[in-house]
Amino acid sequence: MSELRQFDTDELAQLAQRVCEQVQGDEQIEVCVSTGRSTTVRAYNGDVESLRSGRTAAIGVRVIEDGRQGFASAGSLDADVVSDTLAAARRNVTFGESDPHQGLAEPDGVDSPGLDLSDTAVLRVSDAEKIAAAIDLERRCLSADSRISGVRVAAWSDGWSQSALASSTGISVQSEHGNCSVGAQPLATDGDETQIGYAGDAARRPDELDIDRVVTESTALATGQLGATKPPSEHLPVVLAPPVVAAFIGVVASVLAADSVLKGRSPFADRVGEQIADERLHLIDDPTEPTTLGAANFDGEGLAARRNALISAGVLCGFLHNAYTARRSDATSTGSAVRGTRSLPGVGTHAPVVATGDIAADMLNASVGNGVLVRGVSGLHSGVNPTSGDFSVGAWGHRIAGGEIAEPFREATIASTLQRMLLAICGIGATAEPLAGGMSMPPLIIADVALSGV
Amino acid sequence: MTQTSDTTATPVITAEPLVDFDVVDATLRAALDAGGEWAELFAEDRESAGVVFDEGRVEEMNSGRDRGVGIRVTAGDITGYAHTSDLSAKGLAEAARTAAAVARRQPHGGTVDMMSFFGTGLAEPQVAVLPASVGAEHKVALLRAADDAARSNHEAITQVTARYGESRRRIMVANTSGVCAADDQVRTLFSVGCVASGDGGLQTGRETVGYTVGWELFDDYDPTELAERAAQRAVTKLAARPAPSGEVPVVIACGGGGVLFHEACGHGLEADLVRKGASVFAGRVGSQVAASGVTLVDDGTMGPEWGALVIDDEGHPTQRNELISDGVLTDYMWDWLRSRDEGRAPSGNGRRQSYTHLPMVRMTNTFVTNGDTDPADIIADTQSGVYVAHLGGGQVNTATGDFVFGMTEAYLISDGVITEPLREGNLIGNGPQVLADIDAIGNDFAMGSPGTCGKDGQGVPVGDGQPTLRVRALTVGGTAA
Repeated sequence: MSELRQFDTDELAQLAQRVCEQVQGDEQIEVCVSTGRSTTVRAYNGDVESLRSGRTAAIGVRVIEDGRQGFASAGSLDADVVSDTLAAARRNVTFGESDPHQGLAEPDGVDSPGLDLSDTAVLRVSDAEKIAAAIDLERRCLSADSRISGVRVAAWSDGWSQSALASSTGISVQSEHGNCSVGAQPLATDGDETQIGYAGDAARRPDELDIDRVVTESTALATGQLGATKPPSEHLPVVLAPPVVAAFIGVVASVLAADSVLKGRSPFADRVGEQIADERLHLIDDPTEPTTLGAANFDGEGLAARRNALISAGVLCGFLHNAYTARRSDATSTGSAVRGTRSLPGVGTHAPVVATGDIAADMLNASVGNGVLVRGVSGLHSGVNPTSGDFSVGAWGHRIAGGEIAEPFREATIASTLQRMLLAICGIGATAEPLAGGMSMPPLIIADVALSGV
Repeated sequence: MTQTSDTTATPVITAEPLVDFDVVDATLRAALDAGGEWAELFAEDRESAGVVFDEGRVEEMNSGRDRGVGIRVTAGDITGYAHTSDLSAKGLAEAARTAAAVARRQPHGGTVDMMSFFGTGLAEPQVAVLPASVGAEHKVALLRAADDAARSNHEAITQVTARYGESRRRIMVANTSGVCAADDQVRTLFSVGCVASGDGGLQTGRETVGYTVGWELFDDYDPTELAERAAQRAVTKLAARPAPSGEVPVVIACGGGGVLFHEACGHGLEADLVRKGASVFAGRVGSQVAASGVTLVDDGTMGPEWGALVIDDEGHPTQRNELISDGVLTDYMWDWLRSRDEGRAPSGNGRRQSYTHLPMVRMTNTFVTNGDTDPADIIADTQSGVYVAHLGGGQVNTATGDFVFGMTEAYLISDGVITEPLREGNLIGNGPQVLADIDAIGNDFAMGSPGTCGKDGQGVPVGDGQPTLRVRALTVGGTAA
């Protein structure tokens, strides 16, 4: 299918290498180049609403000299743009300030997991098939339940990207991979009341998309919220549904990144080796599991991606590092540099995994007795302060009464602090439920969370 | 179908166009020849630069450049879109054919006879000093001064990040209805965030200013004053107690509370959501949707606010749109596609993040106009409740109207007096209910901080504002019993 690719990935690697070879004096150069193509189809009223497609190219150049760093990027790989970008990065260095720990990643001898992530199946899907998939998704949502009155969004998306990274310190890696996704937002109506649901899936191959789950989950979320009311305010145990666990764990992982720790912005700084969570919690970052879209051979600085334990039996094992934070902490990089072509490498997770616990799916609600099941949250960006740990998010879902799922609730918040929530985990589901992108998470039960409503 | 316009001949764009007019003409014709009923070319050239000052030194100096074109082709209800960074005549013609391919699903009899563009918009930036013309050393000096000011403000300040950002976005839009417009949009932004450390842990404070102006931003704003304010905000919160949990009266200070209306009803008044039945405000034009005295406006002409534009990203001049007048819903916001279907004029609200995105209905500067009450009287008249001095971002479910927004600086009101600071949390409410529950509106209107509004994966700059006002009951998502 090479004719469908915009560039040969080897050509990208050569381009990156050629720029690096322009290194002068004591400077270090790192070049990231990428190309991508993508298509998004939205269906509405049984036909195409829109079909958007395009190709992109990008370059990001980082130059470091005497501990000073400059970065420049552009949305083109034309020869004049490439040389302008290197010149701009060099210009930006002149105003940087020296940091003795600043520097590019050096090859560390760790082998990449050697995953084959370049499945080309997505390149063989025709526009007609993409259109049919979106239209069919809308149709299936509409026929799933008589209360489904419309579908705000029924969409298919796919993309193919190729990238190469090279540095004057001897790094040279390349990758190409595809992905596809579907998403639906059905509307459920009962009288004057309308509720909206959402579900989606993403995968490397079209035949790995679980469209049945997307239809079932999105329509059940919309219909399940019909008749929801605002609950009374009280402290109670909450069950976080797997998609909510994924969001919660994403916040936890962000405060375990060494950059926020080093800059005094993490509530868990200086806590390595201490019990920061209930002993039932085991959290790892595992980019070596090829079934997830987070799988990777290399991190954003070209070092091997690797499996890292973050929390083991509730004890903080360590922080995630890129080359800079590692050097500054007298540690080694954990292969956790994350970046886009157009941005400097930060620190983050690739594919977080929470180990399953011992509560069978049919015993979850019984083990809670009276509480709430939180199916969705909102306002994560506005109500969670990762520095202080304050956690307050909009929540909706169902009440749990006498060990059974009861009436739906909405217009409420759940609040605590990250520190307290981790220690208050009092149960973990025995089954990890599938999420978009090949991820999965077990449900978590957290004792004593403030539910605010009426 | 014949596409012509009343006005004639040469567009009034004076600067060098991003794409030559003959190439524009050929590209649009190619789109129609390939099956389109209507076609549009959107060209964009964006330059941006930024400095991040962290831990007392320049941490990052970056710059970026993006140039590309998006071709939109419609036939009936179907839209095709293709974007490319290849701006050659050949590259654009290929994009036009790609965009038009899907349009052939809906056959129509139209051809284009002729096109005559009329120009709108500004080809030159309306700023005093282009930020790119200012040496980087001045930008660094400004951030260093802010860092010094924050750190020397209080010994509890343990970390400071100051950021400077500038962008210049040149756009050109031409379509087969005869629109040909250009704009040159400059934005300059400064922000400072502080961490204060105390016995109770870490707290944060932030100040941000941003306008559609150039370097002259700093004639009006002193970064050291902003830094001191951010530092004070963090230090004050060290003594904060947990926020209450449950419904209480909430007084929202002027300025920073506009995001409440952005979430509570702004999104619900976007015609694309209304049309799909995904808004609680669908079918309610002419109805009382808010307490009397509430007038809500979206105004893209409101320079130099963060959401100000001369034209929207479909080439239509922005305008002042009154959405709610004295509590009565008067209109929604419109883009070209939705207004075409309704046979009405667009309202200048068709926006997109970049040339790679389809435009849709978006807000610009959204605000509630002044009432006549002295804000001090509103607080004095509140027995117990929460005073929100500063709001963070928010999120809304437009189908139900339920929205959340974060309070980044809030205090308890006891016996009509502002007292203890509160820890951060979200407020949650229901848009229509909150609009009905506004029971006091101050006379101290102010615009708030610059924001980025996200919708369907696209972010665009927006502004918001309001006078001090009180909502009879809002749920505060704290932890206090």
